[in-house]
Parts: sequence; structure tokens; C-alpha cells
Amino acid sequence: MGRGFISRGFRGRRREPEGASERVPPGQYLVDGFPVLSAGPTPRTSLSEWRFSIEGEVDEPKTWSWEEFRALPSEEITRDLHCVTKWSKLDTTWEGVSVDTLLEGVETAAGYVLAFSDGGYTTNLPLEEVTGRQAWIAHTYDGEPLAPEHGGPARLLVPHLYLWKSAKWVRGLRLLNQDEPGFWESLGYHNHGDPWREQRYWGD
Amino acid sequence: MAGTVRRLTWQIGEVVETSPQTPRTKSLFLEVPEWRGHRAGQHVDVRLTAEDGYQAERSYSIASAPENGQVELVVERLDDGEVSPYLADELRDGDGLELRGPIGGWFAWDAEEGGPLLLVAGGSGIAPLMAMVRHRKAAGSDIPVRLLYSSRSYGEIIFRQELETLAADDGTIEVIQTLTRFQPEGWHGYDRRIDEKMLREVAYPPEEHPLAFVCGPTPLVETVATALVELGHDPTRVKTERFGPTGG
Repeated sequence: MGRGFISRGFRGRRREPEGASERVPPGQYLVDGFPVLSAGPTPRTSLSEWRFSIEGEVDEPKTWSWEEFRALPSEEITRDLHCVTKWSKLDTTWEGVSVDTLLEGVETAAGYVLAFSDGGYTTNLPLEEVTGRQAWIAHTYDGEPLAPEHGGPARLLVPHLYLWKSAKWVRGLRLLNQDEPGFWESLGYHNHGDPWREQRYWGD
Repeated sequence: MAGTVRRLTWQIGEVVETSPQTPRTKSLFLEVPEWRGHRAGQHVDVRLTAEDGYQAERSYSIASAPENGQVELVVERLDDGEVSPYLADELRDGDGLELRGPIGGWFAWDAEEGGPLLLVAGGSGIAPLMAMVRHRKAAGSDIPVRLLYSSRSYGEIIFRQELETLAADDGTIEVIQTLTRFQPEGWHGYDRRIDEKMLREVAYPPEEHPLAFVCGPTPLVETVATALVELGHDPTRVKTERFGPTGG
């Protein structure tokens, strides 16, 4: 359906700056701002109560307080973001702790990860997509502590997948032997979410 | 129904009517031959294709009730937008419009889910909430509804007449308007942005466990959702959808 369809009178603005178009996946458009999207109220957890955990199919669960987490080595990350609601934002700058760092010394046979957040949000990823310098627990955006509406104090950042995989207000990773769909993945959104293959919804 | 994968295919809807709502918004009525129905609150993806193959996609909430055969979208013309000026100014009766959906299983309501229903909208964020009140009426439901709706001025209230009629005909639905910038002479409604005090006055008390749907620009949604939680509402019963002027 729809192959070859032309929208009568539509020309398009093609707002992408020179050289940017190959960085914008199909169906996406560029924004300058940073839109906020989430399914419910913004949770507000005090840093004294905040913990981050690695749990599930591991030899020994690990937990960090905010101070312990912030004492871990952070990396600067500059990446393009792609949201399933169609906007993309180029060259966003973050600081965060690599998931590789958090998994250091963890023994596991798990193949999957379920990230879980304050407020009950979850999202699932293959373990091999959050390791190898592909994912971070980000605490700083554009040089400032990450704002609550953008997922602060810390969010998962997996920039090579649609942004719903970058769970806001993340509190831990549960390692699993079997894949388990997260929040949006249970509600019609694609299990994997690769923007370059336009994996937006079930069956894409 | 994870595991029951049904591919969302692109379809061509036919524009059967366009109707101005306010100076900046317009309703588009579409006949979609293979439309498989939707739930109130869901949205569609719209895709425009230029002759040289260039494409642009955006999402639009469905304002029509599931019981209505047509699909109604509310389009707000954004001055720096790429898609919305086309939809609002260029598209006319008889044109095709490529879309796929319905999308979104979270910000959706069926009458069987009960209530009471607290609906809070800003501007064109009324669209998915309109689908809910229309669905409620079509389903013959008497679940109590309070709709708090923020617009900039009287002339910018989308669905104003239909909302007035609904509230006048049905004692179980209350519509509370606030006008944030300009109020007509003799205006008795609220005249400021929605805040915690207003919600305290308007919202059902937390003990009644209302189901809240909040849709509008991000600052409004943030304010309302935060205030509802602070007033003691269960965060899992506060569902949000944000409309940003992100390019439209």
C-alpha cells in the first residue's frame, strides 16, 4: 500500500543543514530544542535515596549510592539522538558512566537486559547492545546536571537505538537469560528499535 | 498482546472534509478504507511524499470517537513547520493522505475502564481527549468527567461549541475553561495558566481515584502531572502526552 503515492502539492522544506542528511534516519526530522516525552509524571527521587543496581542473572548483585556512582570514571559522549516520535537532534553532549564500567567483574550468562526506572518504566535490550561502549548511565547533559524532565538524576543513554530505549530515571539493569518486553515494547513499539531500519512498531 | 505482530501498513485516506476550528487549527476528516478501528486517545503517523521522493512524517492524535466511521485529525499550523502548513493550508477535499495507525496503547481510554475521568488539555492537546469524551457519549457511559482546558483566548478554544453543548446536555460532564492571555468582557472562567491551586479546586479528590489524562505542551504537562502527584494522586493513574512545537 502507498508505494508510489505522491502528496499533491507537497514540496517539503528540507531543513537539514549541508551534510546532515546522511545523519538523519528515514522518517525523522531535525530539531534544535530538546523535546520532552514520557508516559506519566516526572519522578523526583532525592539523591540520598537514589541507588543503582545490577541484578538478575549475575554471580553477585551490585549496588551503588549516588556518591559511589559519581565516583566511577565518567566519559564524555557526543552522539545524535533519534526519537520514535520523529525528531532527531545532532551532536548532543553528555557525560556518563559506561555500562562496561558498571558490568566490570560481573559474571553472567545472560543475553538480555531489562532496564528499570523510578515510576515503573522498563525497556529491554540485548546485552551485546549495551556493552562495547554503546551505552552509558548519563548524569550530565550539555555541561549541566541532567534535569528531571530529561531523566535526571541519571538516565540510560543508548544513542544507536530510538530514544525510548534510553530509559529516563534509570535505577538499574536486570540481566536476563530470556528477552522480556519492556513498557513500550509491550504496547506496540518495536522490540529492537533501530532508527536506521525504521523499527518503530511491531512488525516494522 | 505481545507476540501477535500485526504490521502497521501505510494506507491512503481520502480527505472528505476540512473544517477550520480556530485561526490556527483545522480539523481534517478522512475516509480510510481499511481502517481497523482505534481506541480513544491513540494517534496516527502521517507521511507526505514530494514528487522527487522526499518524505516527511509526523504524528497526529485522533479526535474522532472509535464509533465514528471517519478519522478526524486536528492540525495546528506551526509557522516554521514543514508538515502542518501543508495539512492546514494546501490539503483539500478529495486529496489523498498517507497514514498508518492506530498507534499508542498507553494514552488510551475505553469506557469499560471506568473513572472518574480527569482530562486536562492545553491548546491542540484537546484532540485525543475529545476522542475520549466523544467515545464516552457514543458508548452511553455516565462515568463522571471533568475536563480542564487551557487556551490562550476565547477564539482559540478548539471544539468550543461541541464542548458547551456536551456540558449543557449531560450533567455528568463538567468543562472548565481557563484563558491564559486574553479574556472576553465578562469572562467568568479562570484567567491564568493551570497551577496546583486550580487543580486542587477542579480535580476529583485523590480518594476518588480518578484516571487522569493530560495532553498539551511540555510545560503544561510537567506542571499538571507534578501537581497531581503532589496533591496525592496515584502516579500510575496519571497518563501524559506532550505536544511540542518541534517542527510540526
